[in-house]
Amino acid sequence: MPLVQDLVFWILSVVAIGAALGVVLVKDLFRSALLLAVVFISVAGFFVLLSAEFLAVVQVLIYVGAISVLFIFGIMLTRNVREGNLPNRLQIPAVLCASLLLVGMIAAAINTDWRPIPNAASQLVDSAQTQSVAGAPAGALGSGYEAPETGLAELLIGDFVLPFEAVSLLLLAALIGGLALARSRGS
Amino acid sequence: MSCQLASDSILYANGIYRVVYEIVGVVLPCWVAYAIAGLVFAFILVNAVLLGAAAITWGERRLLGRFQNRVGPNRWGPFGLFQPIADLVKLLTKEDLRPDGSDRVVFSLVPVLMVAPLILMTAVLPFAKNTALASLNVGVLYILAVSSITSVAIFMAGWSSNNRYAMFGAARAVAVLISYEIPVVLSLLGVVMVAASMSLGTIVEAQALPFFLVQPLAFFVFMAGMSAELNRSPFDVAEAESEIIAGYHTEYSGVRFALIQAAEFGGVGVVAAITATLFLGGWSGPWSEYLGWLWFLIKTGIIVFLFIWFRATYPRLRIDQIMAFSWKFLLPLAMVNLIAVTLEVFLLRGDDGVLTVTDLAIMGVVNLAVTVIAIAVFGNLIKERVSFRTRQPQNVVVPGVSTIEVI
Repeated sequence: MPLVQDLVFWILSVVAIGAALGVVLVKDLFRSALLLAVVFISVAGFFVLLSAEFLAVVQVLIYVGAISVLFIFGIMLTRNVREGNLPNRLQIPAVLCASLLLVGMIAAAINTDWRPIPNAASQLVDSAQTQSVAGAPAGALGSGYEAPETGLAELLIGDFVLPFEAVSLLLLAALIGGLALARSRGS
Repeated sequence: MSCQLASDSILYANGIYRVVYEIVGVVLPCWVAYAIAGLVFAFILVNAVLLGAAAITWGERRLLGRFQNRVGPNRWGPFGLFQPIADLVKLLTKEDLRPDGSDRVVFSLVPVLMVAPLILMTAVLPFAKNTALASLNVGVLYILAVSSITSVAIFMAGWSSNNRYAMFGAARAVAVLISYEIPVVLSLLGVVMVAASMSLGTIVEAQALPFFLVQPLAFFVFMAGMSAELNRSPFDVAEAESEIIAGYHTEYSGVRFALIQAAEFGGVGVVAAITATLFLGGWSGPWSEYLGWLWFLIKTGIIVFLFIWFRATYPRLRIDQIMAFSWKFLLPLAMVNLIAVTLEVFLLRGDDGVLTVTDLAIMGVVNLAVTVIAIAVFGNLIKERVSFRTRQPQNVVVPGVSTIEVI
């Protein structure tokens, strides 16, 4: 039903953009964090529209369930939350960085070759995503699409093992750093 | 005019949905039938959760009464069956209070946000053969993702109440939720690996031998972790009435309090249903073609009874003991289970990647031994650390995990 899909797309867009504006403009930091969670959920809605359920579910699990909660934890420990963020000298560099990022993302979006996947093929993409433990059938998408021939897991510990390990080392270092900072001076 | 669902639609496998859709589709346009069939099914799910919550409040109070050698509510109706209705009427007629200086919008959103994830979770549950609203291929992940929204709702309740006790309760609840999420997810990985699917329907069909026999360790970790995530005794520090009044819902009254309580007891029911699906074989059983729903209800009831039994048996733990129990006991157990199951699947799986009943039975026997040994070993290790009390406060640093104060 393309009509319903369009309708859902526009509702999600309005919610996502409105909530994103709210994150920046609302003064109460706690409400900003909640609105950020709304943005994450509506982005998950876009993933569902693109029939990427796996990505949508992971988006909610990680961004809403973990990252938002950590933000809120952090905000809880700050004082004067309702007065918002005071301006400081980093405003102009922040604007520059944000605009550069925006330009980069728009350029990437324009330069990408977007092609819709037919229904039958998209189901195979789903099975490739979910059956990553067992590995999806090779060449599942047929010709014409540069499809991953293996599941996510096999890619992670196959072709991309070096970046994967680098990321895990980085996370480990961050964990140990956090522990070192949190440790009280006395002991 | 009649409507037919496309056979590749996500809703096609659902028998009830399809029947309603086709009957309504005879007289009305297809998109109306689509909406009506969805609403009918959603209506059933919402009522199942709320009625289940009411039934569990009654069952829990009656059973706790028996466990504590007293009678329990027995005045309204046979065996006190109408007690939940009386409770509801009482709560509905109470004044709806909001504390001074609270964040009104966030405060009023909380009860809705507490109930919504539960109802969303039921969407992927197969109540009988081919009776899930959406047989998602990432069902297990979906349940974990939706249930993680609850922690945001608890934070909102604690923050918007403008009450120190509510804030403490929320902080405790979320700390417990985050800590216990990890062993629970790791224990589910074993289930997903043996079933080779994340779809709940496929997991039920893969249970030629119920998974609580195949992986007793995963079942134990899941049940313990879930009692903690539901804030139930012995892990109910988030609403420890002797310390912090009622935790994050201290300031709630009237209909909002009723909704939060419904979420709490409905949560027990939904989690029990999920456990029954993942570990007890869901709707499978003799004559499951016709009696699948009955098996599902019986198995869910058994798990609910277990949760109530836990609650009646164990005294409340301290927050540091709860953290230690998760990080030092459940997490290693979940790891042991994961390694054992990975090795067994790797060794026993045939060339076609299928595990037969015999394979499952072998896994069950081996895993039972693993369970006994692992619980004995890690139980001994944790015993010294937690119950040992030193005079001076000192930090126990668990490498790579967390800092826990032992006083």
